[in-house]
Amino acid sequence: MTSNLINRKIFTLLKVQYSNMLEYRVEIALWAISGIIPFFMLNIWTNNNLNESINISDVMLSRYFLCAFFVRQFSVVWVVFSFEEDSLMGKVSPYLIQPLNPFFRYFAQHVAEQITRFPFALIIGFFFFIFNPESIWIPNLGILLLSIVSTFLSFLIQFLIQSIIACLCFWTEKASSIERLLFIPTLFLSGLLAPVVSFPAFVKSWIYLTPFPYLIDFPANLLSGNETNISGGLSMQILWIFLLFPLFKKIWSEGTKKYTAMGS
Amino acid sequence: MNLRKYLKVYKKFLHTSLASELEYKTNILVDLTTAILSLVGSIFLLSIFFQNNGNIGGWEFEQALIIQGIYTILNGITNTWFNPNLTEIVKHIREGTLDFVLLKPIDSQFFISLKKINPSGFLEIMLGFFLLLFCMRINQINLNLSFLTLSLITISCSICILYSLWFFISTTTIWFVKTWNAIEVLRSFLYIGRFPLNSFSFSLRIFFSVFIPIAFITTIPSEVFLGFSQLWKIMLEVIVASVFLITSRKFWLFALKFYSSASS
Repeated sequence: MTSNLINRKIFTLLKVQYSNMLEYRVEIALWAISGIIPFFMLNIWTNNNLNESINISDVMLSRYFLCAFFVRQFSVVWVVFSFEEDSLMGKVSPYLIQPLNPFFRYFAQHVAEQITRFPFALIIGFFFFIFNPESIWIPNLGILLLSIVSTFLSFLIQFLIQSIIACLCFWTEKASSIERLLFIPTLFLSGLLAPVVSFPAFVKSWIYLTPFPYLIDFPANLLSGNETNISGGLSMQILWIFLLFPLFKKIWSEGTKKYTAMGS
Repeated sequence: MNLRKYLKVYKKFLHTSLASELEYKTNILVDLTTAILSLVGSIFLLSIFFQNNGNIGGWEFEQALIIQGIYTILNGITNTWFNPNLTEIVKHIREGTLDFVLLKPIDSQFFISLKKINPSGFLEIMLGFFLLLFCMRINQINLNLSFLTLSLITISCSICILYSLWFFISTTTIWFVKTWNAIEVLRSFLYIGRFPLNSFSFSLRIFFSVFIPIAFITTIPSEVFLGFSQLWKIMLEVIVASVFLITSRKFWLFALKFYSSASS
């Protein structure tokens, strides 16, 4: 009974948000285009033969960056910005009365947006293959499923981190600057701009303990067929989720106690 | 056009926006940390590129650092002036408050482009200057008047191009209402400015110098800095900058004809 209820709630939320997102197709297409930085990076790597030093062939590197693009497309999170706006406008108050944590709403928003973005990402991927026909490959089904799982886990990690930051809105009112601060290590250490293998040894010695390489580098390596430790990576992702989830619950319950409705 | 009046108005703008921004003191502190980390991250990325390779696109590490310096200055200017003001246009148009701007007895483009200021960008500008000074030492560049004026001219041209690009996209809000994501696309393209134009493949080089002159705005001033720029490139940048500025002005006046106030 309860599971049925939860299922129905989630399904309804998804449906509502999906139709909402479909209204902004052009925007979402632009959003997809804004994620093509990995391709520019790939251009620098291959055009200057930088990959010779890290023993990855041109083809494998181009697959890596294509996968990095896809992983980024389906793990990008912007809860902080939605929540900050809603909390400044006082929209959080009605959400709080409903018997559903408002973060479910944001979660459904993100998933719906990913579904909307899927065709655009496919089109960009298609163009990538037209320009780089030698990099076409078909990952086997098991790897494909695993990488979908790990991309989803990466999305969950980022969603939890951002939700924790978003809850800081209860105290500071403007949490997006903290998000911008956290975005810097995400950008440079996640493997979006350069695969983590290419990092100098003194960075590699500690980076695998942080959540960053599991956001893009690990799922992208998995999907592209580059060498990676599958079980280790997945368990690190799950470990981070188990660490972050209680933290989020705690900060959420503290925050709602502290909440003073804006604009009322 | 009364210059003294505009200066006086600008002084008032500066005063009010600084006062309102300084209310969020921790916010500014976080933004400052972000600026420092962002520079560290870019240098880290650059060092990965140069790890096993003497040069990318004919630029050595010490020379490529100059591009980073100029990029940081331009990014600081973007964060201080362009970003807070031009994202405000979207709000003006959505809420119909552009009416109030248009009714004021000063130029609407002046008002809309310079009203706000974000002080945390100042540190980025300073960081960029320090990096440039450091680069002048390690590249053994001697200061002289002609070199100073030329670099000043090219950097101001870059600022004009950058401003026009931002302003152009923001102006299209009059038709499309929401252009956040178009700005995101511009931002991700601007990212390319951190690297020398020559390090990209030929087709991308054409794209980034003809269609969106992004690589242009950091590469040419850097070449001037290193003293190996040809005169025609400087002339070209001046021409491009003036064309961009004039078109953005014309485009704004043209777009205003299509402005129909919201909620009326």
